[in-house]
Amino acid sequence: MAVIHDVIPAFELFQPTSVDDALALQSRHGSKAWVLAGGLDSFDWFKDRIKRPEVVIDLSQVKELRGVRQSGDGLEIGAMTTLTEVVHHPMIREKFSILPFAAEAAASPQIRNQGTIGGNVSQDARCWYYRGGWPCYRAGGNICYADTPTGLNREHAILDANRCVAVNPSDTAPALIALDAKMVVRTPKGERVVDAENYFIGPATDITRMTILQPGDLLTAIRIPSTWAGADFYFEKVRDRAVWDFALVNVAAAMTVSGGTIQKIRLAANGVAAHPVHLTAVEAAVVGKPRNEETAEMAGQIAIRGAEPLQYNGFKVPLLRNLVKRAIRGGPSQA
Amino acid sequence: MNLIQWATSPWGQQVPIHIAWSLIWVAAIAGLLFLVVHALYVSIWAKKPAHAESSTSGLSAAAIAQIPERVPRHSLSARLFHAIMALSMLTLLFTAFLPKVGVQISNWVTYHWIAGIVLSISVLYHIFDAFWFQDFWSIWPDKIDIDDAGNRVKRALGQDAPAPRKFAKYPLENKLYHLAVMCAGLSVIVTGLFMMKRVRTPFFERNPYLFGDMTWGWMYVLHGLAGVGFVALVITHIYMAVRPEKFFITKSMIFGWMSRENYLGHHDPRRWPVQGEPPSAAPAESKKAPA
Repeated sequence: MAVIHDVIPAFELFQPTSVDDALALQSRHGSKAWVLAGGLDSFDWFKDRIKRPEVVIDLSQVKELRGVRQSGDGLEIGAMTTLTEVVHHPMIREKFSILPFAAEAAASPQIRNQGTIGGNVSQDARCWYYRGGWPCYRAGGNICYADTPTGLNREHAILDANRCVAVNPSDTAPALIALDAKMVVRTPKGERVVDAENYFIGPATDITRMTILQPGDLLTAIRIPSTWAGADFYFEKVRDRAVWDFALVNVAAAMTVSGGTIQKIRLAANGVAAHPVHLTAVEAAVVGKPRNEETAEMAGQIAIRGAEPLQYNGFKVPLLRNLVKRAIRGGPSQA
Repeated sequence: MNLIQWATSPWGQQVPIHIAWSLIWVAAIAGLLFLVVHALYVSIWAKKPAHAESSTSGLSAAAIAQIPERVPRHSLSARLFHAIMALSMLTLLFTAFLPKVGVQISNWVTYHWIAGIVLSISVLYHIFDAFWFQDFWSIWPDKIDIDDAGNRVKRALGQDAPAPRKFAKYPLENKLYHLAVMCAGLSVIVTGLFMMKRVRTPFFERNPYLFGDMTWGWMYVLHGLAGVGFVALVITHIYMAVRPEKFFITKSMIFGWMSRENYLGHHDPRRWPVQGEPPSAAPAESKKAPA
């Protein structure tokens, strides 16, 4: 029987109004502090009493973390910009339509009104064994309950599993990788800008975290260079319930095509590993090839190389293959 | 401070999952503390060791003449084993503990178990080599070592006690260190081999249900305790290896021999005879040719 708790356990709440204040609070409270963005991930943890932080730093009052602005030759999106704002922002829609398309695929309208792009890319794994509070690898234990002979792992990883088989649930993450976005991270030592694909880490590197963020670090913005502005985009998300669900697999592509030949491409998929997968082998194989069925078929086959399905998620292998095929070929879900 | 991290299993059972990672720092600090205290003791308080006899007492001139300038101490195979074991051990320690203190190493588990396999094979070889081709008992503390250790302690405390004898092939501290490394090493190897059943390797089919949560938990705890034990052991080993008065032993592990002067100055030729010709004053401890 489910255990129902009446209220969230008490914590000390801080609502800084600047990034510097937020960082100072993080520095003061270290690993005891929990950074709250939109709260969609956090409140689940708190209500289930799996995570019980002593201190919560709510970023909702930090204005400099909100909004979309011109940055050099591209755009800078504040980490606290809501998904709805990303979906409707005219500049993003005009130049990088794949991102609003991906953001709109996330969750429900209510959640997108509250959820932020920073939270969406930094959210934790949705594996129910982990979320259920069991002492699995990701929770600091020594077993993956999903990767056992009796584990329920239909939604889990087919690539790059390393003890933990949870997947990254973000919809915007593969789109940002396709756009070659840069993540701006403020750390106690200063600002650090990393490529979107390097922002995410798998269990082979650190099994307890999904991103490079350490206690004391803060994702402040996402920069999208103009490189892919106006390119051919493709985003497709397959989920169990079309109205509101996490991706079983999603794929995002940005490409430039000239005379029917693929000139440049960036391609990423999510829902298949603990981190969004930048499909570099596929990119290398299709550049210079005609954008046709044959190339798409080849791309799909390359994308699933090394896939190791678990007991119940074998369907993800043809799913990933076909989504990559469609991304190369182009189709109805073009962003 | 908790020494062990506990968790509640899906069946409501309190199970150990691993050691508290703060023990890494405890072990490192303990190792460094030993280093500092030992260095201070040796430089300030310790007296020059006195031995019961001079370096050549009980040896005939002919026997002394037979001792070569370079006394063989470690065979090539023993030195290669030591080098491979040291490299694999350092790899194991770095891959195990650096990620725990915030240094990210991608695929550290893979490097860790590969180094573990190398260590296991080298230790198996070492056991075989030591049993069949080396003087197996030369590394084990014997009654003379224990008696002399007691005498050393008494003399250090200002009590009357006979002067200790010189060492056989290995000083007592070498023997005790080997004993500690053997216990910790066998613990990490045995538990580590079982733990490989939990991860994907080319050797075994994964079987996380091989043991129950409690047994697995204690296995991880033992692996961790032996692992952090190695942090302290490796620090002390490296420290001892670079100490000036011990450096001739370190050199012998690299080049395979020690000088005649060091041999006669620190070792008892009756307990560690070389070139045959054991002196007749006491029964030889070593039965086989030196390694």
